[in-house]
Amino acid sequence: MLDLLYQPWPWYVAGPIIGLIVPLLLIMGGKMFGVSANLRHICASCNFANVEFFNYDWKTAGKWNLTFVVGSIIGGFLAGSVFANPEPIQLASSTIAELQALGIQDFNGLVPDDLFTWSALGTGTGLIVLVIGGFLVGFGARYAGGCTSGHAISGLSDLQLASLIAVIGFFIGGLIMTWFIYPIILS
Amino acid sequence: MKFSEYLKYLLIGTFFGFVLVKSEVVSWFRIQEMFRFDAFHMYGIIGMAIIVGLISVQIIKKRNVKDTQGNPITIPPKDASQVTRYVVGGSIFGLGWALLGACPGPMFALLGSGLTIMLIPIAAALVGTYTYGILRDRLPH
Repeated sequence: MLDLLYQPWPWYVAGPIIGLIVPLLLIMGGKMFGVSANLRHICASCNFANVEFFNYDWKTAGKWNLTFVVGSIIGGFLAGSVFANPEPIQLASSTIAELQALGIQDFNGLVPDDLFTWSALGTGTGLIVLVIGGFLVGFGARYAGGCTSGHAISGLSDLQLASLIAVIGFFIGGLIMTWFIYPIILS
Repeated sequence: MKFSEYLKYLLIGTFFGFVLVKSEVVSWFRIQEMFRFDAFHMYGIIGMAIIVGLISVQIIKKRNVKDTQGNPITIPPKDASQVTRYVVGGSIFGLGWALLGACPGPMFALLGSGLTIMLIPIAAALVGTYTYGILRDRLPH
């Protein structure tokens, strides 16, 4: 039984559980599931340049959601540290081969050490992935009005056309990055 | 907000972070695998999450389910006429999602798993969010 806490969970277990977060938040508090709104709340909490977009009562709007994020950090600690899976991820062999060809060497953890360490931050590639990647996620999520949770899961669950367009955008950007830009960055 | 309220959202968030890591959704490798169409894993997770979310939301709407405080549940619709915003903003988000291999939820869950380096992309995402706020009036929506 305890093995289940250490093992990775298959998609048909994890997917429905993630989907249940939507009704859980709606029923428990009338809240819409969406993580990236928290980035806006944090900006609003220290709006040093008095930007209008961040002039709202972030405490009333965002306390619940910021608490949710603190929870997800704790959940990450439990699943990734206390009950960490000791085995490497069972990736498709084609993905491993393609990433090895691009120069990725470490396949042991959740992310490659080649890119996700403090020393990698000192390399051009690491800097691009961590800083520009993070920037684009924050900028794009707010521009699009939501991220994977807000649009792909909450929005599509509510059959919102806007979210469908946004999700198509997510894939346009993701495919361009993976197939055309990443090979240049890693070369 | 009362202490019990905080506890409620803290627990739901903990549950969420736990599943994100156990399902390996937080993995840069899994995102690469997804955008390379090499495995069904990520599509299965997102697909099943949407199906479960969709069925629940439809039941909540049809039955006029109230939340635990007795308030009616309302879901504000999104303005689909702002096509530019969703296509351009969405594509920019997608570029970042594939580059970093993590979207906002996973960024925080990875930090919790012990990857302190995630503080850098989280800070960068805050700068990105703030930059959007500054440029908002000058961007097409």
